[in-house]
Amino acid sequence: MIRVVIPFHLRTLAQVDGEVKLDLQGPVTQRSILDALEARYPTLKGTIRDHGTLKRRPFLRFFACEQDLSHEPPDDPLPDAVASGAEPFMVVGAIAGG
Amino acid sequence: MSKVRVLVGTRKGAFILSSDGKRERWRISGPHFPGWELYHLKGSPVDPDRLYASQSSGWFGQMIQRSNDGGKTWAPVDNTFVYEGEVGTHQWFDGTPHPWEFKRVWHLEPSLSDPDVVLAGVEDAAMFRTTDGGATWHELTGLRRCDSGSRWSPGAGGLGLHTIVLDPSDPGRIYIAISAAGAFRSDDAGETWRPINRGLRSQYIPDPEAEIGHCVHRIAMHPRRPGVLFMQKHWDVMRTDDAGESWREVSGNLPTDFGFVVDVHAHEPETIYVVPIKSDSEHFPLDGKLQVYRSKTGGDDWEPLTKGLPQGDCYVNVLREAMAVDSLDSCGIYFGTTGGQVYASADSGETWSAIVRDLPAVLSVEVQTLP
Repeated sequence: MIRVVIPFHLRTLAQVDGEVKLDLQGPVTQRSILDALEARYPTLKGTIRDHGTLKRRPFLRFFACEQDLSHEPPDDPLPDAVASGAEPFMVVGAIAGG
Repeated sequence: MSKVRVLVGTRKGAFILSSDGKRERWRISGPHFPGWELYHLKGSPVDPDRLYASQSSGWFGQMIQRSNDGGKTWAPVDNTFVYEGEVGTHQWFDGTPHPWEFKRVWHLEPSLSDPDVVLAGVEDAAMFRTTDGGATWHELTGLRRCDSGSRWSPGAGGLGLHTIVLDPSDPGRIYIAISAAGAFRSDDAGETWRPINRGLRSQYIPDPEAEIGHCVHRIAMHPRRPGVLFMQKHWDVMRTDDAGESWREVSGNLPTDFGFVVDVHAHEPETIYVVPIKSDSEHFPLDGKLQVYRSKTGGDDWEPLTKGLPQGDCYVNVLREAMAVDSLDSCGIYFGTTGGQVYASADSGETWSAIVRDLPAVLSVEVQTLP
């Protein structure tokens, strides 16, 4: 079971409270998590990754296990603690704006 | 008795203001989509309970929301705005070619005949259309690929397609405005486009009378006279009597002809309204006095309308989408400010009062006159 933390506005869009829990088959990577997240909540398509390019939106970051994984290749395996569900994969919005 | 519904988009959500035909007591609903920028909301002319809203965020991108019950409930629809085919380039601020990049939907224009058909004007400037109520969007590529597209360059606020005006007498005819490319017209329902900027004169571009490059802020039309358009350009208020083939300046005695909004009285096609703003360097009213100016002669001769509006220490702006009219017998005029006020006049501008005073900065105001 993968645990995913998404920002307030995305929880509102997806109509979820707290963490999202996903069952994932195969390698646990940024791409596989986000694919599964968007498959479960189609309204999140385009909000974390751009349509078409699937690039991370600039004011969002991916954190896990006290590491910033935002610049890691999307198909690289995530830490075991994420794959086991011990630690969440976090989508974090930049602290900016008014 | 008829009712009025005012759709207000702000920097931090949408609000719906409702009243009966007297327009004295208002019910405020919202914020809808709190914390998001609502560049524009608009209802279908043929199904007034069908509303569309452009919801966007620098963090999370673009959402489109749809309501089938007049804004009581909303549901997200497709938000896939992907340029079709070869993306190509427009001109960047430094003159270099820059790829088209989708940023947001500035304007949603529902069809005059089908509630499932909507045009979307986006930044970087392009037009998209849905024919299934927002379930899918497809680009009308003829605009971005028109002859001058590679030479368009953004205004300070971006390369936004912000104005879409439909001709009720000709389903094929559409007028649009892009900052800072100018005004364009299609006569084939958006398949092909050509610039309609003859007569515009803009000192801020190398050739002041160039075919493109004009910073058009807003275009308004009276539905009974679709060949007559009024324009608030960056500077200058303009009109055309031949569907954009030629424009002439009608700024007349305005104290300043910079501004963003322009609109037309619902029953008097020669009565038009603007809100003069001091300058493009100081985006607030002249002398701290918020004044709507009205011309009953289609321009040139203007009169200030001030009763009920702040006449001192007022330094708000009124943005391009933030004025609208209702079509009740005594025409109502509405505008919103960056200070969060929405002002209404139920008597064609003679007297004004604030419906609300403390909303987030207002980005857009649309009005629905309901049976």
